[in-house]
Amino acid sequence: MKPFTYERVSTAAAAAAAAAANPGAKFIAGGTNLLDLMKLEIEAPTHLIDVNATGLDKIEPTAEGGLRIGAMVRNTDLAADVRVRRDYPVLSRALLAGASGQLRNKATTSGNLLQRTRCPYFYDTNMPCNKRAPGSGCGAMDGISRQLAVIGGSDACIATHPGDMPVAMRVLDAVVETVDAAGKTRSIPMADFHTLPGDTPEVETVLKQGEFITAVTLPAPVGGRQIYHKVRDRASYAFALVSVAAIVQPDGTGRVAFGGLAHKPWRVEEAETEMPNGARAVTARALADADPTGDNAYKLSLAERTLALVLAEAKE
Amino acid sequence: MTAAPRPHPVPTGTSVRLTVNGQPADLVLDPRVTLLDALREHLQLTGSKKGCDHGQCGACTVMVNGRRINSCLSLAVMHDGDEVTTIEGIGTPDALDPMQEAFVSHDGFQCGYCTPGQICSAKAVLEEIRQGIPSHVTRDLEHVSFSDDELRERMSGNSCRCGAYANILAAIREVEERA
Repeated sequence: MKPFTYERVSTAAAAAAAAAANPGAKFIAGGTNLLDLMKLEIEAPTHLIDVNATGLDKIEPTAEGGLRIGAMVRNTDLAADVRVRRDYPVLSRALLAGASGQLRNKATTSGNLLQRTRCPYFYDTNMPCNKRAPGSGCGAMDGISRQLAVIGGSDACIATHPGDMPVAMRVLDAVVETVDAAGKTRSIPMADFHTLPGDTPEVETVLKQGEFITAVTLPAPVGGRQIYHKVRDRASYAFALVSVAAIVQPDGTGRVAFGGLAHKPWRVEEAETEMPNGARAVTARALADADPTGDNAYKLSLAERTLALVLAEAKE
Repeated sequence: MTAAPRPHPVPTGTSVRLTVNGQPADLVLDPRVTLLDALREHLQLTGSKKGCDHGQCGACTVMVNGRRINSCLSLAVMHDGDEVTTIEGIGTPDALDPMQEAFVSHDGFQCGYCTPGQICSAKAVLEEIRQGIPSHVTRDLEHVSFSDDELRERMSGNSCRCGAYANILAAIREVEERA
């Protein structure tokens, strides 16, 4: 690990101010991803701002009938919250499909949104990677890419977002709440929060330097059968090859987002009009622009079949 | 306009007060020291093991404020005021914890390297089920109950390269059935 200085802050405003004052700083909450990357010197902040004591660890009802989830709410607590289990089960299921019990006890809501890719070329510092070292090239394109993106990638990067929770947040139309050093707040819909790699794959979200996530807000519950189905290389504790977060209403209409396919949770609202016509009709539209490699073309049929399974389960 | 990042600073000692197995411990640490290294190298509590050092194997599992975490993926300075329980705080050679006793009687280990993490995790798993915290294999999110499938899923963050899994499962099941 590269040396860094360390401070604890007790308010969101102080966190944003500390980050604005120090361009080499990173926030640390659970730290389960950041410290992993710091040990490999893939992340090398010069200053860490510990935001665990900011008091943002509550889940509260909103005036609109939804829930406001504090940024520091741990994955375990969010998945187990009785309101989330009852009204947003796709979110509980997505959280429980991720990581291990130990990690979920530590990992936070905001940190989960900011997880970095598990692309093996991002992790291997002997290899080129435009995300880790902009301009160095991409080792994955002609390398082993079975885990990587099939849609929304660029000539610079075909990494995927590794998260499960964000896929459920996307299908639930969640909104990310932030504050900056000037005290200005911003509400960023999940649809806009994560970015595609383009020619700046090192940029993964629309957050500005020093902008601090305070909460994620869920709209009022929409009901329906809510299912999260994750396909992975082993039964537990592995990242998704493909995952499907779906909300299916009794008349067959609904919403669907995919994980494991792109640099962000993948949802194409126009494709959802095909939900009553079955999985093939939905994925034909949602994944129409796919550009897979030879290694990962299997993800297209896997996504369709996983959605077919989910739609069948929703009818039970 | 953002200023250029500062160069990497010379690390300075940061004070942290932990309570480890009921005993206060005041330390001044380089902020890079993980909770695991603080326990092993600074407090000589070498029961918690360093396996992968990346949160994948679970050998470093300890309890912090009653919840299991990977101590390798946390900085010690992030735990000011926290209560840490390691394997040294669970039973003694003369008076084993029921979980330790069950691991012995079921041969829940071979080389023993992962065992402290397995035991910390196993005790926490039974408590999580008791608290009604659901898991990936919980059929009905609102009704959590004990089963072998629940144990397998909840223990997936603890690897055992000797492959003692079947006996680990039997040991944990026995503790649950006796409770």
